[in-house]
Amino acid sequence: MNQNGISLEAKSLTKVYHRGSEAISAVSNASLKIHKGDFVSFIGPSGSGKTTLVNLLGCLDNPTSGELFLGGRQIFSNDGRQLSEQRLTEIRREIFGYIFQNFYLIPTLTVIENVMLPLTFYRKPDTEQKVLGLLQLLGIENRKDHLPGQISGGEMQRVAIARALVNSPEILVADEPTGNLDTKRSSEIVGILRDLSRNAGLTVIMVTHNLELARVADRLFEMRDGGISETAPRM
Amino acid sequence: MITNFEVAYKNLLRKRIRSLLTVVGIALSSWVLVSLLGFNQGYEAALNKDIDNMGFSLMIMAKGCPYEAATMMLKGGTGLKYMQESIMEDLAKEPEVEKTTPILMSAVFDPNKGESGGIAGYFGVEPKSFSDMKTFLTFRQGGWFTDERAFEVVMGYEAAELEQREVGDMILMPEKNVKFKVVGILNRTGTQDDGTIFAPLKTLQTIFNRPDEITTIGIKVKKGADSSRLEERLYQLPDVQIVSLQQVKDTIMKLISTAKVMVLSIAIIAILIAMVGVINTILTSVWERMQEIGILKTVGAMPWDIFKLIWTETLILCITGGILGVVFALILARMTDVLVRSVLPYAPAGGLVLIDTKLVLITLAVILGIGLLSGIYPAWRAGRIRPLEAIRSEVNA
Repeated sequence: MNQNGISLEAKSLTKVYHRGSEAISAVSNASLKIHKGDFVSFIGPSGSGKTTLVNLLGCLDNPTSGELFLGGRQIFSNDGRQLSEQRLTEIRREIFGYIFQNFYLIPTLTVIENVMLPLTFYRKPDTEQKVLGLLQLLGIENRKDHLPGQISGGEMQRVAIARALVNSPEILVADEPTGNLDTKRSSEIVGILRDLSRNAGLTVIMVTHNLELARVADRLFEMRDGGISETAPRM
Repeated sequence: MITNFEVAYKNLLRKRIRSLLTVVGIALSSWVLVSLLGFNQGYEAALNKDIDNMGFSLMIMAKGCPYEAATMMLKGGTGLKYMQESIMEDLAKEPEVEKTTPILMSAVFDPNKGESGGIAGYFGVEPKSFSDMKTFLTFRQGGWFTDERAFEVVMGYEAAELEQREVGDMILMPEKNVKFKVVGILNRTGTQDDGTIFAPLKTLQTIFNRPDEITTIGIKVKKGADSSRLEERLYQLPDVQIVSLQQVKDTIMKLISTAKVMVLSIAIIAILIAMVGVINTILTSVWERMQEIGILKTVGAMPWDIFKLIWTETLILCITGGILGVVFALILARMTDVLVRSVLPYAPAGGLVLIDTKLVLITLAVILGIGLLSGIYPAWRAGRIRPLEAIRSEVNA
């Protein structure tokens, strides 16, 4: 566990969905602390609420109740106030990077253009210069002028990681990042996430179905029926 | 860094056929619009030029007499009315009048004209006053008559071409069995003068037994003079009618305004169809890229950034289509001219479709406005897409 301070703290986060008159509690009273530089994985069966919880931690959604603190700053409070999409976007682009199972690269843009895409909308200082360095770090610099359709799934996910990192986020949220990859490529991607956490001090929050990959993380949270419990990652 | 424009442009290249068809739709409506506006200003300019080429701004004729050759021919040369030449003296006293010229219109049946014969029109004119008023008349061959009672004619360009006449040839006036010598052939003017045969006024008055009688007086009003006041006084003259060429122009413009309204309606419909096409294309593209748009928001795009991106796509389609439409219109202006001319009851000489820089800019501004309007709804919808919706739609996919 990294002792550099708390990066993210959740207190009794709850998310309830309504389907007609039925209330479905996707996340119930989830409380956890994640330190800066932690590599945290969430594991659990389908419908256990792991993606919903990570969406709340990653400010992609408002909780029904509970509190969320990012670097000591309160984001969600218990007063029931919902943050606007604009406010959530402001928080997200300052703090988070995201990667998803389906990469979501723009097929008509080259690898380097996809990586630079976030800079079209928002730029932290000195971000442009680091694009090539990121491509090198992720081993895709020789693919920079290729279109997504011309590279492999593993390379596409690396491009997605580079895109997520281009604006120097504090926390990287990876939702099933290996869901579309074979075992070898999955290990490579998770290895990259682990290295980013260890070497660059990046906080990584990963959701996966794969217990073996989840155990690569420093900390492992298991989810079941909306509830959360931390277990030892390695037996 | 990749720009908003590059992202938008490359997005459009994903569905090339769809984008192309949308551009074609906009180009067609832009073509219709620029051609219509070009017709509006071209027709009026051509009509003004035609009327200016008549050389006079007012015409006086005996009540009921046709005032131009085409009508006379349509009536088979009948219906001509006459007035005394002495009216010219009264007109000369009017302060607004700068010049006058007398004309005797006459018609004979020519059995050799066409398959079953036709009407040949002869205008009796005074060379001096007539050419003073129609300064644009120039000769291809020869010149005006040698004497005011000579049996000589000057042929309009088309009349000479039709009868294959040269200066020095003799022509026979049918019915009257009088021979004339061709002394001059005019250059093409693009007016009714091209199909007319001019003879000395006195000669025609003698042949048609109309001494001191004429059918028409052409009047040129002094520059800056009040033409309407002159007209009012001329109306007091007995048994004559006044034709103001401004009135003629107004009448023709009124007739043509119906056609203009119809074409304008077609243009508006074409523009509306193009607009719906643009909205449909962009909206479909937004739905198809919903997940991507959601993900753009996770990488830092604000709703306004997405709005701008989608709006830019719309504008690229509209501006490309608009420019193509203007280029079509410029290239095919001649064809449009022929097409419009074929459906109009009367079309003046010269280009009917006049496309200038101002018109091109107006058309492009209209198309740009349409683009801005069409893009608002799809762009607004795209701006409202939430990343979570994108992720959920992935789960549901």
